[in-house]
Amino acid sequence: MTENTPENRPFVAWLPFWTLLKREVLRFLKVAAQTILTPIITASLYLFVFGATLGERISVLEGFSYAQFVVPGLILMGVINNAFANSSSSLFVARYIGNILDLLVTPITPSQFILAYTLASMLRGLLVGGSVLFISSFFADLPWTHPLAALAMAVLASFLFSQFGIIAAIYANTFDALSMFNNFLILPLIYLGGVFYPISILPPLWETLSRLNPLFYLIDGFRHAALGVGDTSLATAFGAAGLMALGLFLWAAVLIGRGYKLRV
Amino acid sequence: MQPALEICNLSKSYGPATVVRDLSFAIAPGEIFGLLGPNGAGKSTTINMVAGVGRSDQGSISVFGHDTRRDYRTTRRLIGVMHQEIVIDNFFTIERALAIHSGYYGVPDDPRWRATLIERLGLGPHLKKPMMKLSGGLKRRFMVAKALIHRPPLLILDEPTAGVDVELRRTLWDFVCEINTAGTTVLLTTHYLEEAEAMCGRIAIMNHGRLIALEPTTDLVARLGGRRIILHLQEPMNQLPGSLGEHGAQLEAGGRAISVSFAESFDATALLRELARLEIAVRDIETRRTGLEEIFVELTGMTDRRREVGNR
Repeated sequence: MTENTPENRPFVAWLPFWTLLKREVLRFLKVAAQTILTPIITASLYLFVFGATLGERISVLEGFSYAQFVVPGLILMGVINNAFANSSSSLFVARYIGNILDLLVTPITPSQFILAYTLASMLRGLLVGGSVLFISSFFADLPWTHPLAALAMAVLASFLFSQFGIIAAIYANTFDALSMFNNFLILPLIYLGGVFYPISILPPLWETLSRLNPLFYLIDGFRHAALGVGDTSLATAFGAAGLMALGLFLWAAVLIGRGYKLRV
Repeated sequence: MQPALEICNLSKSYGPATVVRDLSFAIAPGEIFGLLGPNGAGKSTTINMVAGVGRSDQGSISVFGHDTRRDYRTTRRLIGVMHQEIVIDNFFTIERALAIHSGYYGVPDDPRWRATLIERLGLGPHLKKPMMKLSGGLKRRFMVAKALIHRPPLLILDEPTAGVDVELRRTLWDFVCEINTAGTTVLLTTHYLEEAEAMCGRIAIMNHGRLIALEPTTDLVARLGGRRIILHLQEPMNQLPGSLGEHGAQLEAGGRAISVSFAESFDATALLRELARLEIAVRDIETRRTGLEEIFVELTGMTDRRREVGNR
């Protein structure tokens, strides 16, 4: 057995971050049927319904088929849902079964902690989004007018909902409470945020109310980048999304930095 | 030399309940130190504060001279902690989980050290099993390996042998002694007081968040311990003869035994002569040494009685 003293101990400052990131990615890959395959199948069913059956028969946006209109929303829905699901479920389960202790006793910093959970969740969200994009190419051709803006919006949306997942996982005390974030907040906001219709076809009151939905800016911004037209400008969409992302990041950073509900 | 662990005036409350009160003690490098106390005494809360899981309200904790708040990245690397609760990552096998845990500490994976821990803790045949399929004893062994994977100079074991079989306990203690000999300081809590008595050079006893005893194990047992002779009688008696009472004898076991408590040095001749004179037939003679368990019960019971008086 080698000598064991406090001095000259090997330490790689960023290794805790890389290890947690690796652990998080391995975790969702280990249950890929649930974390990757299921959302892809769900999105594929949407694509089949709106692409292969209704897609060519109805149009809600001049110059585009319904399939072309709905595909960007479905891609972003996959990104949003899975980025949120990854950070929220992983962190909540770690709190719930207690193995968060494994992390709390280590020298990982709050910024490394948030960054690792965020990047793993973004990766899962973008992986699902990318898969939906690939499958959608069999149903509809998109012009991809601003490809970099589309990528940036997808990355921003995945970042934003990774933060929201961290926040939900900290506040939720039960699985029911966690699912309420998804069922009563994210899903209604997605469906009312213009995934399946442009808000410009709504009556004026509902259109105004829809503009208060933060997800509208993500979905419309992504669609605008993909199709070249949208209900709001790209600058407004990015401005709103950026502000939301910053706000949620600061919120998550305060919670993790203070160890709220983690270090008692 | 810097203490391996120094706790100064540590206090912690949860709402109106104070669980640790003005706690202070230090552990020297190389010690095996026992922190004992009944359930709810504040041991695990103290350990959680040392490990960084809990936050103190007052006081300070330093590990090898580093403050656990100001310099937490250093102190957490110097500590390996095995929690009382089963803490495992169900997604991975033992081998993968150990490599991950090493990385959490910023320590590059050392396959040789990992293999040593696996071999010494008997985890070899179970490496590929899913964590949730392991028995309770194996999970605890894994947790010991996990606590040691980054080679901490201070190892904290919170009830490591709770609910594990005799063989594992022996294996575990042998290994703990071995790493202690190699330089690792050990802070141990256990409900098996005979283990604490055998393993620990010094013992602290907590009750209701306070420190009620802190001294070398041998001193504690010598100071508060004693011996007892139990004479098992052929025929039960209803009342103890007065002359035996003068020797400090008491009747017990429904009159079927006479017991005499005494300090380390005791001349039993006079007692035996009196028994012969009274023609009391003795079936068997038993001597018992008061161990840590009796001392623990006595000390914690004493503080409980003082609290009751104080609360009146």
